[in-house]
Amino acid sequence: MFGFHYRLERSAIGLVVFIIFVASIGGLIEIAPLFTIDETVEQVEDMRVYTPLEVAGRNIYIREGCYACHSQMIRTLRDEVDRYGPYSLAVESSYDHPHLWGSKRTGPDLARLGNKYSDDWHTAHLYNPRDLVPQSKMPAYRWLLRDQLRIDDLGDHLKALRAVGVPYSDEQIANATSDAYGQANPDSPQAAGVAERYGEATNIRAFDGRPGPLTDMDALVAYLQVLGTLTDVAHTSLQAEIE
Amino acid sequence: MVADFTRSERVTALILLGGLIFIGLAMAIGGRNDLMGVHGWMVAAAGLWGFFAFVRGYDLPEPSAESLAEYYDSPTRVGIILTLIWGIVGMAAGFWVAALLAWPDLTFDVAWLSFGRLRPIHTSGVIFGFGGNALIATSFHVLQRTSRARLPDAISPWFVLLGYNLFCVVAASGYLMGMTQSREYAEPEWYADIWLVVVWVTYFAIYMRTLARRKEPHIYVANWYYMAFILVVAILHIVNNLAVPVSFGAAKSYSLFSGVQDAMTQWWYGHNAVAFFLTAGFLGMMYYYLPKRAGRPIFSYRMSIISFWGITFMYMWAGSHHLHYTALPHWVQTLGMAFSVVLLVPSWASAGNALLTLNGAWHKVRDDAVLRFMALAAIFYGITTFEGSFMAIRAVNSLSHYTDWTIGHVHAGALGWVAMITFGSLYSIVPSLFKRERIYSQKLVELHFWLALAGTVIYVFAMWNSGVIQGLMWRTYDESGTLSYSFLESLEAMHPYYIVRAFGGLLFVLGAVTALYNVIMTIRMPAIDTAPDIHGDLPVRPALQAGE
Repeated sequence: MFGFHYRLERSAIGLVVFIIFVASIGGLIEIAPLFTIDETVEQVEDMRVYTPLEVAGRNIYIREGCYACHSQMIRTLRDEVDRYGPYSLAVESSYDHPHLWGSKRTGPDLARLGNKYSDDWHTAHLYNPRDLVPQSKMPAYRWLLRDQLRIDDLGDHLKALRAVGVPYSDEQIANATSDAYGQANPDSPQAAGVAERYGEATNIRAFDGRPGPLTDMDALVAYLQVLGTLTDVAHTSLQAEIE
Repeated sequence: MVADFTRSERVTALILLGGLIFIGLAMAIGGRNDLMGVHGWMVAAAGLWGFFAFVRGYDLPEPSAESLAEYYDSPTRVGIILTLIWGIVGMAAGFWVAALLAWPDLTFDVAWLSFGRLRPIHTSGVIFGFGGNALIATSFHVLQRTSRARLPDAISPWFVLLGYNLFCVVAASGYLMGMTQSREYAEPEWYADIWLVVVWVTYFAIYMRTLARRKEPHIYVANWYYMAFILVVAILHIVNNLAVPVSFGAAKSYSLFSGVQDAMTQWWYGHNAVAFFLTAGFLGMMYYYLPKRAGRPIFSYRMSIISFWGITFMYMWAGSHHLHYTALPHWVQTLGMAFSVVLLVPSWASAGNALLTLNGAWHKVRDDAVLRFMALAAIFYGITTFEGSFMAIRAVNSLSHYTDWTIGHVHAGALGWVAMITFGSLYSIVPSLFKRERIYSQKLVELHFWLALAGTVIYVFAMWNSGVIQGLMWRTYDESGTLSYSFLESLEAMHPYYIVRAFGGLLFVLGAVTALYNVIMTIRMPAIDTAPDIHGDLPVRPALQAGE
């Protein structure tokens, strides 16, 4: 063995080739099958894609680094299921480019946050967390109510997402900007198209409490309200386990 | 700097810098409706600054044949200063975000002052700014000494060092503006990633070209580690950052992978960034500077070999232990755990090798704070790798994951291992590198050592405590079968530890400031003709040929 090494360490190319070979094995065996084995991600019927406004909200969530303190992965541990709800399934994040499972919980897990609190609660909480939760360590995100949301390029965002595998239709891409506006303005003519393209169950309302021009707050709250509700499969599979 | 270049190299540099200005302007125009445009102007400004430096210095005399026969250390000298500056920036940002967790209203209603945007400046600042510059600077130094050959040309080392720092500046300023891929330790957006690949390929080429000119038949151990670091980080970086940008004029991109596959890819990257950036790279540093400083050969060459291939092979399997109990398939979690546990063997082979090398030189460890930095680094390396294997065990991980225990663990590694071995190595080469008789103040080195040790211990114990308390509070049930504590109660329990943690971090950053002051004062001391040959690293003159 050491004789072989004696020769190897005299050759720069030999070392390079051998390092690449030895280092590649583990990753190939663990990662490559994840893309081919069917069991990695469950197949479900009712899984829906994010609306353009929710995509924009997700990007604000990423921009502000929310993932550093909040996970979106309820593990299969008893206390987590008791505290947060049914454990997360692979399919629930299958449209998440990138995933936001997190690695640290300075704040609670958000995987099942959708519909848990009112829009008003979220808006007030993001505006100043300590108004609602005096012990909170979360920063106040007041600029979310001040800053105008950019929606003119959402078609390009949906197009890029389609390129990486999210099944957006041509129609959804073409109407991305108007759908984003419509979702936060229920009385506008653009609102009807949102339900038509993303389903009747889609939340259509003024998320920051103010109709009209969209703010970053509209988008972020729209995203937070849909967490864990893209499919019901986690609830139904847990139900099946109990029965 | 320009004086180190031959006339033809100066022309090439001007062309390259012209190219950089062009790229910057293209980004500025293409990204005018996007934050990417800001980066475009920054890149163009960096290119212009270099361009004018070369225009102004164009007529300087060319380097003499004699200077071309010596090792090329200018990039290393600048790299060491950059290391210390980035260290202070990154550690100060760390202190600040630690304080934000205790007092969140320090955000002052300013977006770029909020925790989520400053936090990556801390992690990237210390890992890539401080760690990366230290690795680049020392690897150039070690590569030449162990090969007995000068770096192949003057342009490429500067391109790597300054190009890499441009990447760091683009990354850090991007975070402040809210540009991030949200992938831990890989936050910069797609164009910064592409730029880093170009820099990194050049770095690898320097290694291969210098090794091709080496006068020693065997490639020294430290270089295996540096090479594994360069090669595998390139593989990790490219695969992890595969993404589709929204448009060529926009910073935002979407990862090629989603959900489970994306999580696995990111942790495969994340854990191995620790393995190949923060471990293999710094082991390269340790395998050269520790035996040199101790004045003793490495304890066991065979142990070095076993440790090297063990780390290279096994680390790549271990990333999935970050995903215990998640939606990742069970078999992958189990494989990750198994390899993480076995990984202790090659890790301790290196930690033991270092400590056994010091056997018989313990009196030097007692008297010399510089060697003590390195010895302490080896001890922390041993502690942290043990803890890492332990934390990869499923049952332990269920408690530690998502808590401050993980934060304590990575800081035991970052402060105790990475930073200590770096400080030890820098102190040991600064005098000879700048041709000074000695370091400015041995007392300040001593002070720095104790600040660093106290800071690390305070920090790590605070986080161990808070992490275990947090994990236990989350899973405690009362007799009636309901959870005993709300999340908020666990958060409140963290408050005192967060203050203690910030204090530990403050001590550590004060130590780094001391180091920068000491190094600058050393440089300001009068030069001596030749450095004292305490390192035995003067070039073998006949072995080097001018302009080779």
